[in-house]
Amino acid sequence: MPHIEIKNIGKHICRDVNLEIFDRELLVLLGPSGAGKTTLLNVISGLTDYQGSVVFDGVPIDRVAASKRGIGYLFQHLVLFPHLDVVANIAYGLKARKLPESQIEARVGELLKLTRISHLSSRYPKQLSGGEKQRVALARALAHWPKVLLLDEPLSSLDLQTTKYLRTELKQLQKELGITTIYVTHDLDEAGEIADRIAIISDGSIEQVAQPDEVFFYPKNKAVSDFIGAPNILTCDYCRELEHGVVEANCGGLPIIVAHEGNSVERIALLPRDIYVSDSWPPGPGVNRFSGTINDIQYVDDSVRIGVEVGQNKLVAEVPHHVFNEMSLVVGKEVYLILKLRRIKAYDCRCDHSRQ
Amino acid sequence: MRWFKRLRPGWGLLSIVVFLALWELLARLNLTPGQILFPSFSEVVEELYTLAANGVLGEHFWASLVRVMAGLTAGSLAGIMVGVMMGWRDTMDKALNPIISMLYPIPPLGWLPLLMLWVGFNEALPITIIFIASFFPVLYNTITGIKGVDKDYIRVARTLGASDIKILATVVMPLALPNIFTGLRLNAGMAWRVLIAAEMIAIPTGIGALMMQSMSLIRIDIIIVCLIVLAVATFSFDRFFGFLERRVTARWR
Repeated sequence: MPHIEIKNIGKHICRDVNLEIFDRELLVLLGPSGAGKTTLLNVISGLTDYQGSVVFDGVPIDRVAASKRGIGYLFQHLVLFPHLDVVANIAYGLKARKLPESQIEARVGELLKLTRISHLSSRYPKQLSGGEKQRVALARALAHWPKVLLLDEPLSSLDLQTTKYLRTELKQLQKELGITTIYVTHDLDEAGEIADRIAIISDGSIEQVAQPDEVFFYPKNKAVSDFIGAPNILTCDYCRELEHGVVEANCGGLPIIVAHEGNSVERIALLPRDIYVSDSWPPGPGVNRFSGTINDIQYVDDSVRIGVEVGQNKLVAEVPHHVFNEMSLVVGKEVYLILKLRRIKAYDCRCDHSRQ
Repeated sequence: MRWFKRLRPGWGLLSIVVFLALWELLARLNLTPGQILFPSFSEVVEELYTLAANGVLGEHFWASLVRVMAGLTAGSLAGIMVGVMMGWRDTMDKALNPIISMLYPIPPLGWLPLLMLWVGFNEALPITIIFIASFFPVLYNTITGIKGVDKDYIRVARTLGASDIKILATVVMPLALPNIFTGLRLNAGMAWRVLIAAEMIAIPTGIGALMMQSMSLIRIDIIIVCLIVLAVATFSFDRFFGFLERRVTARWR
């Protein structure tokens, strides 16, 4: 399975893109729609012309036709051949290579088992559910022993339940086969769950390539931070374990309770929408509740972002418009913040993340 | 209302029966002297039997059928072939489209005088005119079908390692079949229409010629027999292509 290098690629929105995908790695290409994700997949697969160079294991393959690049490409809309049944769909790439019938039969059987669709073998695409179609398309993309697997938002058309299940299965399969994989999505949670590394792409440029946690806790620039929801990131000075699985992290003078295994939290992150704002001291235990002064108010789409100075920290909370109006919040007013315990993400320095 | 529902499957048949009964009744009312201009249905059936038994009908029908089959097959095959080339390769489309768009609007029968002089009064004349009439509908439908195939099917086939020819034969052509069949069904009617006209004007055999001879002998019963034969033939052709289309595409559409 090759180590892939993408050098100075220019095509449509993509300008001078450089990216490296390691052997056997699952790299998630994450970014908003129109950022150039699919364009990059088309460049790698050779389905479009481009400037720059794509290199597999040190050998440029720019002059190799799409049909000879040895790539398995799962399209966003799956595009199963409607006139072929499941077996014929999976066998398509093998027949194109003129393999002997017995070998084709054996390989198709193997893939039917691998993707658990043996019972669907003689069905036509119109008789399959979304999840089943997805499995057939995956089996077809894997049939010809591709060296590289490209997945373009493969789960976007499925319901949440199926998505979660297939995501885990896909990751397992990828590790099992050890196939170098590029997975395109715009869903941060999905990316965080399956990626070995995430490459954040925005407006045709790669903004950051890192492990999922790093992207979240060490966003390289504003584009990345905005894309992941502009989380509040606090550096912890010291912390102590209160009991198993519960840690008090002291960040800039704020004692924040975090659900976390171990006692060495380095950073915590919390999205603005996961901080409640109240204009009176909220009832209940005083855990993760802090008072502060509003020093900034910004309107974004359907909500309002409120910057609050809490001790040495500045926290940003997000409230819906009507809540904001009810509380008549203005700069300089004192408010109380409640940090949603379950939503706080903790980054452990002992995890041995190699940072870039 | 239950009886009404039970009747439904035979509904089409029933209206035909009523139509024929009315025809028979009106004819027997003897509104025209000697029933020469308006024979009854039973007389027509009798004549049909006579013509079938003495072989006259069979002979003429066979002559027509052979011409339709030959012209239709040749015209459709040529239409599909040129259509595939034009649909698949833009350069072919650009090169041929101007000529085709100029020739297509000419009514097929408009070629008849020219063909009479070029081809002569022989079997090749009706076949050529059917060829021209059936070439264009299938050509245009094939082009539409081929161009209408979602480009993603072609792209995915390419990543799976298929060559262009392979993609054309195994993906594009099968997916264009529904459109091609639309062209073929249009052709089936078209072929019979132009054939009858050609036979009426230029050829002494075939159903069209038989009708013209009957006209000069004022044998209205034979003319109606011919019309019935034409109705059945055209209808069967259309049904045949419909059946073929379902056989080929019903499983996946």
